[in-house]
Amino acid sequence: MSKEWPLWEVFIRSQHGLAHKHVGSLHAPDAGMAVNNARDVYTRRNEGVSIWVVKAADIVASSPADKDALFEPSNSKVYRHPTFFPMPEEVKNL
Amino acid sequence: MDARFDYLLRQGDNALILSQQLSQLCGKGPALEEDMALTNVALDLLGQTRMWLTYAGEVEGAGRDEDRLAYLRDVRAFRNCLLVEQPNGDYAQVMVRQFFFDTWHYFLMRALLASSDRRIAEIAEKSIKEVTYHLRRSGDLVVRLGDGTEASHARMQAAVDALWTYTGEFFVYDEVERAMLAQGVAPAPDALRAAFLQHVGEVFEEATLRMPDPEAYMQRGGKQGRHGERLGYLLAEMQFLQRAYPGAEW
Repeated sequence: MSKEWPLWEVFIRSQHGLAHKHVGSLHAPDAGMAVNNARDVYTRRNEGVSIWVVKAADIVASSPADKDALFEPSNSKVYRHPTFFPMPEEVKNL
Repeated sequence: MDARFDYLLRQGDNALILSQQLSQLCGKGPALEEDMALTNVALDLLGQTRMWLTYAGEVEGAGRDEDRLAYLRDVRAFRNCLLVEQPNGDYAQVMVRQFFFDTWHYFLMRALLASSDRRIAEIAEKSIKEVTYHLRRSGDLVVRLGDGTEASHARMQAAVDALWTYTGEFFVYDEVERAMLAQGVAPAPDALRAAFLQHVGEVFEEATLRMPDPEAYMQRGGKQGRHGERLGYLLAEMQFLQRAYPGAEW
Protein backbone atom coordinates (compact mmCIF):
# COMPACT_ATOMS: atom_id res chain seq x y z
CA MET A 1 0.00 0.00 0.00
CA SER A 2 1.19 3.48 -0.79
CA LYS A 3 2.20 5.62 2.17
CA GLU A 4 0.40 8.53 0.57
CA TRP A 5 -3.21 9.14 1.61
CA PRO A 6 -5.60 8.38 -1.26
CA LEU A 7 -7.05 11.17 -3.36
CA TRP A 8 -10.70 12.13 -2.89
CA GLU A 9 -12.83 14.23 -5.20
CA VAL A 10 -15.08 16.73 -3.46
CA PHE A 11 -18.56 17.79 -4.60
CA ILE A 12 -20.42 20.54 -2.77
CA ARG A 13 -23.95 21.82 -2.96
CA SER A 14 -24.08 25.37 -1.69
CA GLN A 15 -26.89 26.83 0.35
CA HIS A 16 -28.99 27.86 -2.64
CA GLY A 17 -27.40 25.52 -5.14
CA LEU A 18 -29.50 22.98 -6.98
CA ALA A 19 -26.88 20.33 -7.49
CA HIS A 20 -23.54 19.19 -6.15
CA LYS A 21 -20.68 20.69 -8.11
CA HIS A 22 -17.18 19.36 -8.30
CA VAL A 23 -14.97 21.82 -6.42
CA GLY A 24 -11.63 20.06 -6.20
CA SER A 25 -9.81 17.24 -4.56
CA LEU A 26 -7.84 16.46 -1.42
CA HIS A 27 -5.92 13.69 0.29
CA ALA A 28 -7.37 11.94 3.34
CA PRO A 29 -6.95 8.54 5.02
CA ASP A 30 -10.67 7.72 4.95
CA ALA A 31 -14.08 9.07 4.01
CA GLY A 32 -14.81 10.59 7.42
CA MET A 33 -11.67 12.66 7.43
CA ALA A 34 -12.19 13.54 3.78
CA VAL A 35 -15.53 15.13 4.71
CA ASN A 36 -13.95 16.96 7.66
CA ASN A 37 -11.12 18.21 5.51
CA ALA A 38 -13.45 19.21 2.70
CA ARG A 39 -15.38 21.30 5.16
CA ASP A 40 -12.23 23.10 6.26
CA VAL A 41 -10.71 23.50 2.83
CA TYR A 42 -13.71 24.12 0.57
CA THR A 43 -16.74 25.34 2.48
CA ARG A 44 -15.44 27.80 5.07
CA ARG A 45 -18.26 26.27 7.07
CA ASN A 46 -21.14 27.97 5.30
CA GLU A 47 -24.25 26.53 6.77
CA GLY A 48 -26.70 24.49 4.76
CA VAL A 49 -24.14 22.97 2.43
CA SER A 50 -23.96 19.36 1.52
CA ILE A 51 -20.66 17.63 0.88
CA TRP A 52 -20.01 14.50 -1.16
CA VAL A 53 -16.62 12.89 -1.23
CA VAL A 54 -15.71 10.02 -3.46
CA LYS A 55 -12.42 8.23 -3.94
CA ALA A 56 -10.85 9.42 -7.15
CA ALA A 57 -10.12 5.78 -7.99
CA ASP A 58 -13.87 5.07 -8.04
CA ILE A 59 -14.56 7.59 -10.77
CA VAL A 60 -14.57 6.37 -14.33
CA ALA A 61 -14.00 9.11 -16.88
CA SER A 62 -14.65 9.13 -20.57
CA SER A 63 -11.53 9.22 -22.67
CA PRO A 64 -10.80 12.38 -24.65
CA ALA A 65 -9.92 10.15 -27.58
CA ASP A 66 -13.51 8.90 -27.63
CA LYS A 67 -14.91 12.39 -27.95
CA ASP A 68 -16.00 12.08 -31.55
CA ALA A 69 -17.58 8.69 -31.14
CA LEU A 70 -19.42 9.66 -27.98
CA PHE A 71 -20.69 13.12 -28.74
CA GLU A 72 -20.42 13.99 -32.42
CA PRO A 73 -23.34 12.00 -33.90
CA SER A 74 -25.99 14.17 -32.31
CA ASN A 75 -24.44 17.53 -33.05
CA SER A 76 -25.33 17.47 -36.71
CA LYS A 77 -28.85 16.20 -36.10
CA VAL A 78 -30.83 19.14 -34.81
CA TYR A 79 -33.99 17.07 -34.62
CA ARG A 80 -32.43 15.22 -31.73
CA HIS A 81 -32.34 18.36 -29.61
CA PRO A 82 -35.64 19.29 -27.99
CA THR A 83 -35.08 23.02 -28.46
CA PHE A 84 -38.26 23.79 -30.36
CA PHE A 85 -40.64 23.56 -27.44
CA PRO A 86 -41.69 26.73 -25.64
CA MET A 87 -40.93 26.18 -21.96
CA PRO A 88 -43.23 27.46 -19.22
CA GLU A 89 -41.72 30.17 -17.00
CA GLU A 90 -41.90 27.98 -13.92
CA VAL A 91 -39.35 25.51 -15.17
CA LYS A 92 -36.62 27.92 -16.20
CA ASN A 93 -34.10 26.02 -14.16
CA LEU A 94 -34.56 22.91 -16.22
CA MET B 1 -10.92 43.57 40.96
CA ASP B 2 -14.40 43.20 39.55
CA ALA B 3 -15.29 39.51 39.45
CA ARG B 4 -17.14 39.77 36.16
CA PHE B 5 -14.19 41.50 34.50
CA ASP B 6 -11.91 38.78 35.81
CA TYR B 7 -14.25 36.05 34.63
CA LEU B 8 -14.39 37.53 31.12
CA LEU B 9 -10.60 37.82 31.02
CA ARG B 10 -10.33 34.14 31.89
CA GLN B 11 -12.49 33.16 28.92
CA GLY B 12 -10.75 35.55 26.57
CA ASP B 13 -7.23 34.65 27.68
CA ASN B 14 -7.83 30.90 27.32
CA ALA B 15 -8.93 31.38 23.73
CA LEU B 16 -6.20 33.93 23.00
CA ILE B 17 -3.26 31.91 24.28
CA LEU B 18 -4.43 28.67 22.69
CA SER B 19 -5.02 30.49 19.42
CA GLN B 20 -1.51 31.95 19.56
CA GLN B 21 -0.04 28.51 20.17
CA LEU B 22 -1.96 26.92 17.30
CA SER B 23 -0.93 29.78 15.02
CA GLN B 24 2.68 28.84 15.61
CA LEU B 25 1.93 25.53 13.89
CA CYS B 26 0.85 27.22 10.66
CA GLY B 27 2.69 25.51 7.83
CA LYS B 28 3.95 22.79 10.17
CA GLY B 29 0.95 20.47 10.32
CA PRO B 30 1.56 16.78 9.55
CA ALA B 31 -0.53 17.10 6.37
CA LEU B 32 -1.87 19.99 4.36
CA GLU B 33 -5.42 19.23 5.43
CA GLU B 34 -4.46 19.09 9.13
CA ASP B 35 -2.64 22.37 8.71
CA MET B 36 -5.83 23.97 7.40
CA ALA B 37 -7.89 22.50 10.21
CA LEU B 38 -5.50 23.68 12.93
CA THR B 39 -5.40 27.21 11.59
CA ASN B 40 -9.18 27.18 11.28
CA VAL B 41 -9.44 26.31 14.95
CA ALA B 42 -6.92 29.04 15.77
CA LEU B 43 -9.02 31.57 13.87
CA ASP B 44 -12.23 30.43 15.57
CA LEU B 45 -10.57 30.90 18.96
CA LEU B 46 -9.22 34.30 18.02
CA GLY B 47 -12.71 35.40 16.99
CA GLN B 48 -14.00 34.28 20.36
CA THR B 49 -11.13 36.08 22.10
CA ARG B 50 -12.18 39.33 20.47
CA MET B 51 -15.74 39.01 21.74
CA TRP B 52 -14.64 38.17 25.29
CA LEU B 53 -11.99 40.86 25.57
CA THR B 54 -14.15 43.54 23.98
CA TYR B 55 -16.87 42.84 26.51
CA ALA B 56 -14.30 42.65 29.32
CA GLY B 57 -13.06 46.11 28.35
CA GLU B 58 -16.61 47.47 28.45
CA VAL B 59 -17.28 45.93 31.85
CA GLU B 60 -14.04 47.36 33.20
CA GLY B 61 -14.98 50.78 31.88
CA ALA B 62 -11.41 52.06 31.84
CA GLY B 63 -11.22 52.59 28.09
CA ARG B 64 -9.28 49.43 27.33
CA ASP B 65 -10.32 47.73 24.11
CA GLU B 66 -9.55 44.21 22.91
CA ASP B 67 -6.15 45.26 21.57
CA ARG B 68 -5.02 46.97 24.74
CA LEU B 69 -6.12 43.99 26.80
CA ALA B 70 -4.36 41.52 24.51
CA TYR B 71 -1.16 43.42 23.85
CA LEU B 72 -0.51 45.62 26.86
CA ARG B 73 -1.02 43.32 29.80
CA ASP B 74 1.91 41.51 31.34
CA VAL B 75 2.10 37.88 32.48
CA ARG B 76 0.66 38.39 35.94
CA ALA B 77 -2.44 40.03 34.50
CA PHE B 78 -3.22 37.06 32.26
CA ARG B 79 -5.96 34.77 33.51
CA ASN B 80 -5.68 31.76 31.19
CA CYS B 81 -5.55 28.21 32.51
CA LEU B 82 -2.11 26.60 32.65
CA LEU B 83 -3.17 23.95 30.15
CA VAL B 84 -3.33 26.28 27.17
CA GLU B 85 0.17 27.66 27.78
CA GLN B 86 1.75 24.19 27.69
CA PRO B 87 4.17 23.80 24.75
CA ASN B 88 2.99 22.46 21.41
CA GLY B 89 5.46 19.57 21.59
CA ASP B 90 4.68 16.75 19.17
CA TYR B 91 1.35 16.31 17.45
CA ALA B 92 0.09 14.02 20.19
CA GLN B 93 0.61 16.81 22.73
CA VAL B 94 -1.12 19.31 20.45
CA MET B 95 -4.15 17.08 20.04
CA VAL B 96 -4.42 15.96 23.66
CA ARG B 97 -4.14 19.56 24.88
CA GLN B 98 -6.80 20.50 22.34
CA PHE B 99 -9.06 17.62 23.31
CA PHE B 100 -8.92 18.44 27.04
CA PHE B 101 -9.59 22.09 26.31
CA ASP B 102 -12.36 21.43 23.77
CA THR B 103 -14.17 19.06 26.12
CA TRP B 104 -14.21 21.55 28.96
CA HIS B 105 -14.91 24.44 26.60
CA TYR B 106 -17.88 22.65 25.05
CA PHE B 107 -19.60 21.93 28.36
CA LEU B 108 -18.86 25.43 29.62
CA MET B 109 -20.26 27.12 26.51
CA ARG B 110 -23.34 24.96 26.62
CA ALA B 111 -23.92 25.97 30.21
CA LEU B 112 -23.23 29.63 29.46
CA LEU B 113 -26.07 29.65 26.92
CA ALA B 114 -28.27 29.99 30.00
CA SER B 115 -26.15 32.71 31.62
CA SER B 116 -28.01 35.52 33.34
CA ASP B 117 -25.64 37.92 31.56
CA ARG B 118 -27.16 38.37 28.11
CA ARG B 119 -23.89 39.35 26.46
CA ILE B 120 -22.21 36.23 27.79
CA ALA B 121 -25.10 34.07 26.59
CA GLU B 122 -24.76 35.66 23.15
CA ILE B 123 -21.03 35.00 22.98
CA ALA B 124 -21.65 31.40 24.04
CA GLU B 125 -24.27 31.04 21.35
CA LYS B 126 -21.89 32.32 18.69
CA SER B 127 -19.10 30.07 19.95
CA ILE B 128 -21.00 26.85 20.54
CA LYS B 129 -21.13 25.80 16.88
CA GLU B 130 -17.39 26.25 16.50
CA VAL B 131 -16.65 24.58 19.80
CA THR B 132 -18.88 21.62 18.95
CA TYR B 133 -16.87 21.10 15.79
CA HIS B 134 -13.56 21.47 17.63
CA LEU B 135 -14.61 18.82 20.12
CA ARG B 136 -15.73 16.40 17.44
CA ARG B 137 -12.52 16.89 15.52
CA SER B 138 -10.09 16.56 18.40
CA GLY B 139 -12.00 13.57 19.84
CA ASP B 140 -11.85 11.88 16.45
CA LEU B 141 -8.09 12.41 16.24
CA VAL B 142 -7.55 11.20 19.81
CA VAL B 143 -9.25 7.94 18.83
CA ARG B 144 -7.34 7.65 15.55
CA LEU B 145 -3.95 8.26 17.16
CA GLY B 146 -4.63 6.41 20.41
CA ASP B 147 -5.99 3.39 18.57
CA GLY B 148 -3.54 3.78 15.69
CA THR B 149 -0.07 2.28 15.63
CA GLU B 150 2.01 1.23 18.61
CA ALA B 151 4.11 4.38 18.20
CA SER B 152 1.14 6.75 17.98
CA HIS B 153 -0.52 5.05 20.96
CA ALA B 154 2.63 5.45 23.07
CA ARG B 155 2.94 9.13 22.19
CA MET B 156 -0.71 9.78 22.95
CA GLN B 157 -0.52 8.05 26.31
CA ALA B 158 2.61 10.03 27.18
CA ALA B 159 0.85 13.27 26.25
CA VAL B 160 -2.21 12.33 28.29
CA ASP B 161 -0.09 11.52 31.33
CA ALA B 162 1.94 14.72 30.99
CA LEU B 163 -1.03 17.06 30.51
CA TRP B 164 -3.53 15.50 32.90
CA THR B 165 -2.21 17.50 35.85
CA TYR B 166 -3.39 20.71 34.13
CA THR B 167 -7.01 19.62 33.72
CA GLY B 168 -8.12 20.11 37.32
CA GLU B 169 -7.72 23.86 37.16
CA PHE B 170 -10.81 24.24 34.98
CA PHE B 171 -12.91 23.33 37.98
CA VAL B 172 -11.11 25.30 40.67
CA TYR B 173 -13.70 27.17 42.60
CA ASP B 174 -12.34 30.53 43.74
CA GLU B 175 -14.02 33.79 44.74
CA VAL B 176 -14.49 34.84 41.10
CA GLU B 177 -16.28 31.62 40.16
CA ARG B 178 -18.28 31.79 43.36
CA ALA B 179 -19.46 35.34 42.62
CA MET B 180 -20.40 34.39 39.06
CA LEU B 181 -22.30 31.33 40.21
CA ALA B 182 -24.16 33.37 42.82
CA GLN B 183 -25.24 35.84 40.14
CA GLY B 184 -26.36 33.10 37.80
CA VAL B 185 -23.68 34.10 35.28
CA ALA B 186 -21.64 30.90 35.33
CA PRO B 187 -22.43 27.23 35.95
CA ALA B 188 -21.34 25.22 38.99
CA PRO B 189 -17.86 23.77 38.40
CA ASP B 190 -18.83 20.37 39.83
CA ALA B 191 -21.41 19.71 37.13
CA LEU B 192 -18.85 20.64 34.46
CA ARG B 193 -16.28 18.35 36.03
CA ALA B 194 -18.62 15.36 35.96
CA ALA B 195 -19.46 15.97 32.30
CA PHE B 196 -15.79 16.47 31.47
CA LEU B 197 -14.66 13.26 33.14
CA GLN B 198 -17.42 11.25 31.54
CA HIS B 199 -16.71 12.46 28.01
CA VAL B 200 -12.95 12.07 28.34
CA GLY B 201 -13.48 8.58 29.77
CA GLU B 202 -15.68 7.51 26.85
CA VAL B 203 -13.29 8.82 24.21
CA PHE B 204 -10.26 7.32 25.94
CA GLU B 205 -11.92 3.95 26.11
CA GLU B 206 -12.52 4.00 22.36
CA ALA B 207 -8.97 5.26 21.86
CA THR B 208 -7.59 2.43 24.06
CA LEU B 209 -5.91 5.06 26.23
CA ARG B 210 -5.55 4.68 29.98
CA MET B 211 -7.59 7.25 31.85
CA PRO B 212 -5.46 8.92 34.53
CA ASP B 213 -6.65 9.17 38.12
CA PRO B 214 -9.25 11.95 38.43
CA GLU B 215 -8.09 12.56 41.99
CA ALA B 216 -4.44 12.99 41.02
CA TYR B 217 -2.62 16.15 42.06
CA MET B 218 -3.63 19.09 39.89
CA GLN B 219 -1.58 22.17 39.05
CA ARG B 220 -3.33 25.47 39.51
CA GLY B 221 -2.66 29.20 39.53
CA GLY B 222 -3.22 30.33 35.95
CA LYS B 223 -6.66 31.72 36.67
CA GLN B 224 -5.12 33.88 39.40
CA GLY B 225 -2.24 35.08 37.22
CA ARG B 226 0.44 32.66 38.47
CA HIS B 227 1.82 31.12 35.31
CA GLY B 228 4.61 28.86 34.16
CA GLU B 229 7.78 30.53 32.95
CA ARG B 230 6.90 29.86 29.33
CA LEU B 231 4.02 32.32 29.10
CA GLY B 232 6.35 35.30 29.41
CA TYR B 233 8.23 34.28 26.27
CA LEU B 234 5.00 33.67 24.43
CA LEU B 235 3.77 37.15 25.31
CA ALA B 236 7.11 38.74 24.45
CA GLU B 237 6.70 37.45 20.93
CA MET B 238 3.01 38.19 20.67
CA GLN B 239 3.20 41.70 22.07
CA PHE B 240 6.48 42.88 20.57
CA LEU B 241 5.10 45.26 17.96
CA GLN B 242 2.60 46.95 20.26
CA ARG B 243 5.29 47.36 22.92
CA ALA B 244 7.77 48.80 20.44
CA TYR B 245 5.23 51.14 18.83
CA PRO B 246 2.53 51.69 21.44
CA GLY B 247 -0.72 53.13 20.18
CA ALA B 248 0.07 52.44 16.54
CA GLU B 249 -2.97 52.03 14.26
CA TRP B 250 -3.09 48.82 12.27
